[in-house]
Amino acid sequence: MAKEYRTIRNDVALPYQWALGKTWAKFFDGLKEEKILGTKCAQCGKVFVPARTFCPECFKDMAEWVEVKPEGKIITWTLVKAKYYGQVKEPPYIVATIQLAGTDCGFHHFIGGVDLGDFKKMKRKLKRGAKVKAVWSLEKKADIYDIAQFVPVK
Amino acid sequence: MGKAVAIIGTGQTKHGRRSDVCYPDLVREAVSAALEDAGITLKDVDGVVLGTMPSMMEGVSSTHFYFAEAMGAFRKPVMKVETCGSTGQSIGHCGFYWVASGMADVVLVVGSEKMSEGDGQATMTTVFDPFFQRTFAAGAPGVFTMQSMEWMYRFKIPEEKGREAAAMISVSNHDNAMDNPYAHIRMRVTMDEVKNARIITYPVRLFDVCPASDGACAVIFASKEKTKKICKKPAWIKGLGFRGEEFFYGESDKAIWMSATEAAREAYRQAGIRNPLKELDVAEVYNPFTYQEMIFYECFGFCPRGEAPDYVLKGTFKKNGQLPCCPSGGTLCTNPIGATGLIRLAEAVLQVTGKAGARQVEGAKLALSHAMGGVDQFNAVTIVGSKL
Amino acid sequence: MTKEEHRIVKGQIMVPYELALGRTWSNFYDYLKEEKIMGKKCRKCERVLVPPRSFCPRCFEDMDEWVEVSQEGVVETWVYVNMPFFAQEIKIPFISAQIRLDGSDTGFIHQIAGIDLSDFDRVRETVKLGGRVKAVWSKEKKGNILDIAYFEPVK
Repeated sequence: MAKEYRTIRNDVALPYQWALGKTWAKFFDGLKEEKILGTKCAQCGKVFVPARTFCPECFKDMAEWVEVKPEGKIITWTLVKAKYYGQVKEPPYIVATIQLAGTDCGFHHFIGGVDLGDFKKMKRKLKRGAKVKAVWSLEKKADIYDIAQFVPVK
Repeated sequence: MGKAVAIIGTGQTKHGRRSDVCYPDLVREAVSAALEDAGITLKDVDGVVLGTMPSMMEGVSSTHFYFAEAMGAFRKPVMKVETCGSTGQSIGHCGFYWVASGMADVVLVVGSEKMSEGDGQATMTTVFDPFFQRTFAAGAPGVFTMQSMEWMYRFKIPEEKGREAAAMISVSNHDNAMDNPYAHIRMRVTMDEVKNARIITYPVRLFDVCPASDGACAVIFASKEKTKKICKKPAWIKGLGFRGEEFFYGESDKAIWMSATEAAREAYRQAGIRNPLKELDVAEVYNPFTYQEMIFYECFGFCPRGEAPDYVLKGTFKKNGQLPCCPSGGTLCTNPIGATGLIRLAEAVLQVTGKAGARQVEGAKLALSHAMGGVDQFNAVTIVGSKL
Repeated sequence: MTKEEHRIVKGQIMVPYELALGRTWSNFYDYLKEEKIMGKKCRKCERVLVPPRSFCPRCFEDMDEWVEVSQEGVVETWVYVNMPFFAQEIKIPFISAQIRLDGSDTGFIHQIAGIDLSDFDRVRETVKLGGRVKAVWSKEKKGNILDIAYFEPVK
């Protein structure tokens, strides 16, 4: 019976060349210089990071660029232990949604600087609202990993 | 047919190689243009329909998620519809059904593609299954060339005649695109240049095939009540049809192409059209390949089977002919796949509302739009008219 | 707009799949190993389909009758492919063709080879619409569609 139910492996590999556009190109150039840049809507005054071309609420072009402090507070986080194909980091590692100071949205990145072996301690340190700050990569490529991770502020 | 539905606004991006903007911003360009054309804001939109090629095309899956902000879709009901090349027509049908059901007054329909960001032919081979067919895939040119050869063989069309007619179609479409500020390819070609261009898949040559374009299109559907209140020049949906065929290539006859024939027949039945060549003023036919375009003319009843080349050579389908086909330059000059079928509809709308600028066909009142999808599997037709 | 503003990010996405063949297709490949081309016949419309399906798409009925079809057939259409694209399985130039084997009611896609493919004009003299071709088997059978190596034109 088992012989009749065969499976075959088939991997699909495809190449891409994504256009960033002016706004995202400028955002990544900012990271290269260890600056986190957001954009602000003229109508509602909200600030978004990563920078957007237009305000999602008002549908209008963003009016100005704002340099945002590379620190903020944790909105939520999770410890990743599962493996999946094409993962960027080797588990275990922590991903979090962070609200940077002066912005009106969450922002995803890694959290480090905590003992990944002690879950209880982790939970204590990474409470909702806990303060974190960015740690920069030594080598910059103008991509999201120019920020290496965020770590808790004492 | 459900309640009466009109199109109250359309918008397009400047199609071509748009590496100046990221994909969501490209979508927003079309959406903003459509809202402006209709004279409404996102607040007036009850629901949104999006269509693109399958996610592998640009490597970001769930494009309805990716464009949530760009099409003003968050906090609104959203539907995603994909039928490969015929996506643009299918999303129009979806928008129509939504409003015709009486469950929405205004529906925004958006189609887009950013071909420059992926490898189009490699991605399209994944439409074929990996067990039997994918190994022999030769992209879109391979499939459409096989179909065109089958058709010419079936109807004993001499190679010379087929080549001459296809070249005329290429020249005509390229000329038409010169009047279309949105078109991707805007350059004239001569018969000689077409007949001697680089071979893609014989007998199909460079100017017989469409480009790979970046572009987006948005169309706004509205109920009769809403339309009467806010739109001075609506285009009414007169009829639509969609038919699909089997998955395995080789199971259905592609020279006498039933899905194209039946989709048009259904649309004609709904619109009350008996003699399409006489009654239609414009036909925006999906035409990525010049040879294949002639098969559509026959399936849509514009001429008897096997005689399309003769009608083409007489000039029947030129801009000043009996039934102008693709005054916009068609898919042959602009092909952002997810948007293309919707662009055909938008161009048909511009024609019957007198808003087509330099490419306007004088006095156009009834127009057909069409798109094809899959491996010659799907055909969709929408007919619009200036009168309810 | 300056080139600097057209920032492009390059990347590649690799996605692995493991696909179930099901009984019908598993058996089809087993038969290929024995150098037999098998189709399935619908008891309602009596069409024979190659490759076999588990159900008839027109009648929507289960298909359980296996029928061996000829290894020779007719070229319903073909195309000479000289276009490179990413991760192409067969080296160009190659000929993709729709072939209807004697005894089958459908055409199916495979390749025509076994002739000199380098000169297209010569190819056109040999490969004809309506011409006959016959299967040539691969020595090594791997349980995929290329166990039939190709179809070659019959004089």
